[in-house]
Amino acid sequence: MRQPLLDSRNFTAAFMSAPALVGLLLFVAVPFLFAVALSFTNLRLGSPLPLEWMGFEQYRRIFSDPSFVRALLNNLVFVVVVVPLQTVLALVLALLLNRRFYGTTWFRTLFFMPVVFPLSLVAVVWVLIFAPGPNGMMNAFLDLVSLGSWTPRDFLHDPYFALPAIMLTSIWQGTGFQMVILLAGLQAVPAELYEAAAIDGAGRRQQFWHITLPQLRNTLIFVVLVTTILAFRLFDQVQIMTQGGPYDASTTVMFETVEAAFARQQVARGAAMTVILFLVVLLITWLQRRVARQEREVT
Amino acid sequence: MTHRLFVPMIYLCLLLFGLLFISPIGFMLAGSLKPDARVLVEAGDWRAFWPAGVTLDNYRDVFARVDFARYLLNSLFINGMIVGAGLLVNSLAGYAFARLLWRGRELLFGLVLAVMIIPLEAIAVPLFYMVSLVGWRDTYLVQILPFIANAFSVYLFYTYFIGLPRELEEAARIDGAGVLRTYFSIILPNAKPVFATVAILTFLSQWGAFLWPLMVTSSETVRPLPLAIATFHSLPPLQWGDILAFGVMMVLPILVVFLLFQRWFVRGVAHTGIKG
Repeated sequence: MRQPLLDSRNFTAAFMSAPALVGLLLFVAVPFLFAVALSFTNLRLGSPLPLEWMGFEQYRRIFSDPSFVRALLNNLVFVVVVVPLQTVLALVLALLLNRRFYGTTWFRTLFFMPVVFPLSLVAVVWVLIFAPGPNGMMNAFLDLVSLGSWTPRDFLHDPYFALPAIMLTSIWQGTGFQMVILLAGLQAVPAELYEAAAIDGAGRRQQFWHITLPQLRNTLIFVVLVTTILAFRLFDQVQIMTQGGPYDASTTVMFETVEAAFARQQVARGAAMTVILFLVVLLITWLQRRVARQEREVT
Repeated sequence: MTHRLFVPMIYLCLLLFGLLFISPIGFMLAGSLKPDARVLVEAGDWRAFWPAGVTLDNYRDVFARVDFARYLLNSLFINGMIVGAGLLVNSLAGYAFARLLWRGRELLFGLVLAVMIIPLEAIAVPLFYMVSLVGWRDTYLVQILPFIANAFSVYLFYTYFIGLPRELEEAARIDGAGVLRTYFSIILPNAKPVFATVAILTFLSQWGAFLWPLMVTSSETVRPLPLAIATFHSLPPLQWGDILAFGVMMVLPILVVFLLFQRWFVRGVAHTGIKG
């Protein structure tokens, strides 16, 4: 299939793919390599110091910065709490809606609706929901469900509640997206499997554990991957709801990055932080591929 | 075998979750329709969802305090350009990778797959530095151009085109049509679903863009809605009715589009899961 380089087919193909390829190169690949290169320097906008090669100095500094370590930890906590909660909730909703009752389409619309809300709007509305004092909606709601034993709090300025408040906001916005993907996965499960199981006398619960879950495995892995990566990119809600506070209680890697690169003009340091973020994303993707591949070999 | 309470139980669960999910939206809508002072005062009980004495004052206030129409047009223009140009550019590339034989195809497709996992967040800092060097800050261009080429879109088009029957194109080839002609007259009409999917996914991921506009824009004239509501929220005096009215107006256009094309939205999102 070796063709001369100036073959007209090569020319057409180059012509067709060039705009996308140039775009990806210029706005993704080059900036990415640039980020890696910058992270080994001392670049700081408006600094009188000459540009210098620093080796791994930026990385060493970042990991000895308590705010960044806290940010990384917060992202991890966010993953450990939100990913399972949101996935289970989305799975429950998908299971409830995976049948043709009157009204299921209405409920699907309802649960999916928050997905089309921009995150910044969601964050602003939830700032109001988390308003301090007994009149705040969340405070009133918790008072109601705890039968009056709840003491009103200022969630977004409380070191223990700031991050959970952001988590809840994110779950509200993100569950519908997962639910739709899981619903599609559920509908792809062959009906014969359930019929065969029913003939063998398997109950609903057994069918769930032995048919639904294994069949849904790759979809679940994908959904977990996407949610985990989103959790590490967390920024909008933090910027609007808490500004990372109080005392770094709700700061994240992206919030620290923007603080470093813009508020303090430490471009090199910000670049190093984004490289770390990328390595985390790479690791998660690699893990997902491994887990998903194992499954394919087994079946 | 099904318990007779099974269906009612499902309805009960759905109703419970449904109430929890819809309450922030109901709160927003009701709050936008009542006097500012009452929004917070009535947030603690059922009145939060009931706008007694409906007034449109908040909506009028929004227009009086900021140039809402400008933000809306900015958002529509930026997203329209990203989606429109993206469909053309990424589908052409997807087609070249799926159906044409050319040197460098494998290598370049490998590059597309590789950059697919780099999120904007991982390149935001150097990209910001680069666009600052060429003086692109605070323009429409800087909010559009970097997001037109999209690796995931190329990949979605690629997988769709690979699945189309070859006979479609062969007839056109025999008639002497060139590649581009074949693409526009034969492939395009047969690929509406993937175009809809990519358009919706692109729109969903870009409509709420916040981080990048926050970094690169500083003047009101080019700022999109997601950034505008954050600024409006911190603009004194703090009037929650106005903020909620801003929010309702901001989400209404997309909500209408969503309700009209709901089936396509759901199909588009479900499609992201069918990969690998």
